[in-house]
Amino acid sequence: MNELALQAIIQHYRTSEEGLVEILREASRQAGYLTPEHLAFIAKALHLPQSQVHSVASFYSLISLKPLGRHVVRFCQDAPCHVVGGRAVWEAVQAALGIGVGETTPDGRWSLLTTSCIGACSVGPVMMVDDDIHGNLTPESVRDILARYDKIGGAA
Amino acid sequence: MAYRANILISSEAPGADAVQAAFLSKVQDLQLEDEVQVLATTALMGAATQGIEALVYPEGTRYVNLTPADAATIVEEHLYKGRPVQRLAYVEPKVTPLPPPNTKEVRVVLGNVGKINPFDIEDYIAEDGYMALAKVLTEMTPDQVVEEMKKSGLRGRGGAGFPAYMKWTLARNSPNKPKFLICNGDEGDPGAFMNRSVLEGDPHSVIEGMAIAAYVVGAEQGYFYVRAEYPIAIRTLRVAIEQAREYGFLGQNIFGSGFNFDLEIRMGAGAFVCGEETALMRSIEGKRGMPSTRPPFPAASGLWGKPSNINNVETYANTAKILLKGGEWFSSVGTEKSKGTKTFAIAGKVKRTGLIEVPLGLTLREVVYDVGGGILNDKKFKAVQTGGPMGGCIPEQFLDMPVDYESLASVGSIMGSGGFVIMDEDTCMVDIARFFMDFVQDESCGKCVPCRVGTRRMLEILNDICEGRGQPGDIERLEELGKSIMRGSLCGLGQGAPNPVLSTIKYFRHEYEAHIYEKKCPAKVCRALIEYKVNPETCIGCTRCARNCPVNAISGKPKEAHYIDPSICIRCGICSQVCPVNAISVE
Ligand SMILES: Cc1cc2nc3c(=O)[nH]c(=O)nc-3n(C[C@H](O)[C@H](O)[C@H](O)COP(=O)(O)O)c2cc1C
Ligand code: FES
Repeated sequence: MNELALQAIIQHYRTSEEGLVEILREASRQAGYLTPEHLAFIAKALHLPQSQVHSVASFYSLISLKPLGRHVVRFCQDAPCHVVGGRAVWEAVQAALGIGVGETTPDGRWSLLTTSCIGACSVGPVMMVDDDIHGNLTPESVRDILARYDKIGGAA
Repeated sequence: MAYRANILISSEAPGADAVQAAFLSKVQDLQLEDEVQVLATTALMGAATQGIEALVYPEGTRYVNLTPADAATIVEEHLYKGRPVQRLAYVEPKVTPLPPPNTKEVRVVLGNVGKINPFDIEDYIAEDGYMALAKVLTEMTPDQVVEEMKKSGLRGRGGAGFPAYMKWTLARNSPNKPKFLICNGDEGDPGAFMNRSVLEGDPHSVIEGMAIAAYVVGAEQGYFYVRAEYPIAIRTLRVAIEQAREYGFLGQNIFGSGFNFDLEIRMGAGAFVCGEETALMRSIEGKRGMPSTRPPFPAASGLWGKPSNINNVETYANTAKILLKGGEWFSSVGTEKSKGTKTFAIAGKVKRTGLIEVPLGLTLREVVYDVGGGILNDKKFKAVQTGGPMGGCIPEQFLDMPVDYESLASVGSIMGSGGFVIMDEDTCMVDIARFFMDFVQDESCGKCVPCRVGTRRMLEILNDICEGRGQPGDIERLEELGKSIMRGSLCGLGQGAPNPVLSTIKYFRHEYEAHIYEKKCPAKVCRALIEYKVNPETCIGCTRCARNCPVNAISGKPKEAHYIDPSICIRCGICSQVCPVNAISVE
């Protein structure tokens, strides 16, 4: 993400400490993850110490400081989804992508993360692919869903 | 830009994305994209789901059980040619609310949800919207409002159930200025999605409630804190605030009363602990969401150290109705100490999952069987987990207990925000306790050592038990750790974190013992403690299991009985799913 885009986000939220959490989250969403340069730029714009910006960024799970793949799968790992068959689906997702939690595929297409409940429990098991919610997952259905976004490599 | 029409699609129903895509592509085909907005929403879903639904505004036509082909027809006929498609329509809208799925439901907070167009303030006004605010600002003193709220008996819907009027009075009497008003829309409890539906389906009811509370407290600025995981709620709310400003229900000199109040939205960034009120206020300030000791309570020193009042979405959503219909109307429903209705999110192994609203005091049995439709596949009920990760598991023996704040507390659980996770005989209680512990362990902000270290230790023990390494004394260790975490933690997270474990030990100790002493999982869930076996009598030697086994653990000649090598088997269960004669069992 270039400085112009970052500046636009900062303008949109407030140019003071108050805006920090939202600026970091939105910038992370748009850029995929935040680099030390991004953090430094934000710190300067808001007149905050870099250490504070870094400490806030590392606190929240939707702010990423690590490179992520082009598509991010966030699988719901909470009890309500687990009770209705989440485990088998979780294994199928890992098999389909060929990676485990926190990992990114070597071709940079996919990252696999977990999320806590996204409030779609009545249609669990649930995962998010980028910004879309997919519910009523079965071990059989996940490959098709993922393949709609991009090539998947893992075992069939 | 104003659209001529809006299409709202129930995004959670299976296949809804295909229907949404069909709506979009037809809208584009007919070049209606500047006139017609296609939006996914989750607010249409109640316990009475009619497949994939869509609402078309401004007419408010409700279409049900849609396929992608239907979507194209609707765009062409209804939006292009202006003829609603009777064949697909459910009923004449606006006059008929969503039918309550069950006679035991009473919809107050959810009354407008799925019935009005949340993007059009006129719809809310048509349902007596902002009448309560007008009445309060022009006819009532803050003290009279407090009096009415006191009569209603409304208690906070976000956690501990503190009476709303008391909280407001504390903030009102706080000398410092300015004062702030906050709405807690963080809704982080796994299994809870009530607040989201209200924000997506009836945002003005919350805005109106906040304006009334602000008038009592003396706040001119309010904040909505909504989790970033709810993008549709945030979008809806943004439009609603904008429209409320246009109509003069927010801003300066509201209803000519001299009262000023305005609202801003703040989004979370994925931290459960930010639902805790003191952590939430730090997050609004742009800091790490760390809870702090109370007192001082927010009413004395909250946001930026100023007096602040914080309530849950549902607490505010009840407020306008109480002031319009009177405190006694509200308190006529419920139990002695728990008044009114409460929304619950029902998840897990019941036939009808989804959102419900029932009078407080209904029994658990009525909620599970009458409203939830009973257990899926008519299995046996085992437990219901209430109150989220700080709540507890309630066993069958308490099914006839009323659902109210005190009763739930008396059996070691809490009301919390209203998530119900229902479990059947196939659920392993140790496994579930482990799941909740994993959650709180992950979400502990790390400030209090007992919470940070203790929850991790408890999780390790639970993992050991589930993986067959349980030791005599583990149960007692869990109990001791649990108590010390509760004692040594600052905020409600640590104070409640051991609850799921302690309550399952209390009511399902035998399951823990089976795992530890017999190395058996009675519900056949924990993989290290189960074994897949082929029944040689039933096996026809079709080789399907051996061909499908991902780790080649199955051997046997065609037409002869097969054998699973337990040392290779990873207990994935595929063999038993593909076996045509059900010859494979779990022990
Ligand atoms: C760890 C933790 C998480 C919480 N999460 C929420 C939440 O998501 N929503 C909420 O309304 N209250 C939550 N609470 C309770 C709030 O601290 C606070 O009591 C509540 O917002 C007050 O509103 P009420 O009086 O209307 O219930 C949480 C408390 C704790 C300890
Ligand atoms: S538990 Fe998975 S969406 Fe709620």
